[in-house]
Amino acid sequence: MPGNHQNGPLRVAIIGAGPSGFYAAEALLRSQVPVEVTVVERLPSPHGLVRSGVAPDHPKLKQAAIVFERIAQSEGFCFIGNVTVGKAITVQEILTTHHCVILAYGASEDQRIGIPGEDLAGCHAAKEFVGWYNGHPDYGDCHFDLSGETAVIIGQGNVALDVARILSKPVDELRTTDIASHAIEVLAESRIREIHVVGRRGPAQAKFTSPELREFGTIPGCDPVALESDLALNEASQAETSDRMSRTITTNLDILGGYTTRRTELAGKSCHFQFFLAPQAILGTDRVTGVRFARTTLTGPAFGQRAIVTDNEWTLPCQFILRSVGYRGAPIEGVPFDSRRGLLPNDSGRVVHEDGRPVNAVYATGWIKRGPSGIIGTNRADSAATVEALLADVDSLMNGPREGADGLWNLLTDRGVRATTLSDWRRIDAAEIERGKPLGKPRDKIACVNEMLGFCEPANG
Amino acid sequence: MPAIVTDNCNACRFTECVAVCPVECFHADDDMVYVDRDTCIDCCACIPACPVQAIYMEGELPEDKRQWVSINTQKAAELPAITGKHQPLPGAEEKRSVLGY
Repeated sequence: MPGNHQNGPLRVAIIGAGPSGFYAAEALLRSQVPVEVTVVERLPSPHGLVRSGVAPDHPKLKQAAIVFERIAQSEGFCFIGNVTVGKAITVQEILTTHHCVILAYGASEDQRIGIPGEDLAGCHAAKEFVGWYNGHPDYGDCHFDLSGETAVIIGQGNVALDVARILSKPVDELRTTDIASHAIEVLAESRIREIHVVGRRGPAQAKFTSPELREFGTIPGCDPVALESDLALNEASQAETSDRMSRTITTNLDILGGYTTRRTELAGKSCHFQFFLAPQAILGTDRVTGVRFARTTLTGPAFGQRAIVTDNEWTLPCQFILRSVGYRGAPIEGVPFDSRRGLLPNDSGRVVHEDGRPVNAVYATGWIKRGPSGIIGTNRADSAATVEALLADVDSLMNGPREGADGLWNLLTDRGVRATTLSDWRRIDAAEIERGKPLGKPRDKIACVNEMLGFCEPANG
Repeated sequence: MPAIVTDNCNACRFTECVAVCPVECFHADDDMVYVDRDTCIDCCACIPACPVQAIYMEGELPEDKRQWVSINTQKAAELPAITGKHQPLPGAEEKRSVLGY
């Protein structure tokens, strides 16, 4: 049991209201220590990538938000929205009103491939496309030209599958989802007929989850296509498939095997899963006209294979490219940052200096702690681990009383920051649901912060 | 198509699945855990987490394990939800090595 706590409850600020932030709040509020949690979020809307990352046609996954709302109703939970930590207020300032801070702000930057032509018109980060169709305010003004016939998605994870599926599906199947209305207008005019999902390594190394890959066999009017020759495995890949802890690999290979014979040519669209191709250059002068790939071979031990580029090159003409090769975290003022890995250096969730010494009272969880991997639930175990480390430090953290959420709110409003509350979010939420009704959508998202603020209580009351 | 827990869990109950479940859809008795299919959001997080690979998505379930669909439904309805990781059952490691994991 923690010691004698004379200083009232432990007051913890969590920066970021996505899955890792909510699960950290949950773990704290369920602990044996009296705790109050203040979750500070950049947007007036919480839920992070469950709202703006999970694809609109996967509404079941979005039900994770029900759990977040339940956590938000717990005693001791407070939400402060529309506050960018590092700009409106620093981590050090938050530490004057809270005993400690958990940084849970995710990985907002996209990873570049590092090849010529990446900035040509028509080549985008998948992150922007996802944010745009999900109505994230940062991407409300993005423009995507889908007037060409061929799209290439570079990358082989679930984000690549999400964007490929949005381009493959009949737009009428998306209309009744919570997809942003501006995206429906553009997708309805899309002339894309061929979608290529391309990666450097082989089918055994792809990071697809099986139900997502299998879904491509069920999209009306779109044939999934894989090449028999891509599915021949080298010895190390065979060892990977026979590993009993990696059942997904075998399942994915079976699914892709089914796609080698599916081509009907009758469907209007096709989605091609292609492997062993490393992008060398995006081609075009004013805008994208194609991608030049080098064919690769794999070398190295099972589960440690790398793609080695060969002299054998292949050019795929296309007009639209999404790169989906990962995310990177961004630094935050006053906190050490590992710029090579794009995350906060940490030891079991305790943020550390370069020499390994812990930074007093600063913790990390989620993507900014471990890098952009795993799915929603991965963050639950990760945040539980960070909170365990934090609670082990509780005696040294509680070195005097703190004002908590009220103190932080006053600090923010004193300097003119337009912060929002959980009831403001409830108003935005209700407005979106109401707007969605005549459209047959579960909600019609508000993709602009100023418009969201119009539904909130007037500032300073 | 929810996740389905099958026989490998019996007498192990490692509960790594519970730690990564975003929606607390696991229920437990003294022997193993079960998934409440109405709460499961089909995210697949639990599948690679299981040290004895006891969990399948319903659509990927081998033929000889189909009976576990109704067992999960029935047991989840009767049993309390389990919200955090527990100690594995005594003998779990032995069963794991017998199963070859």
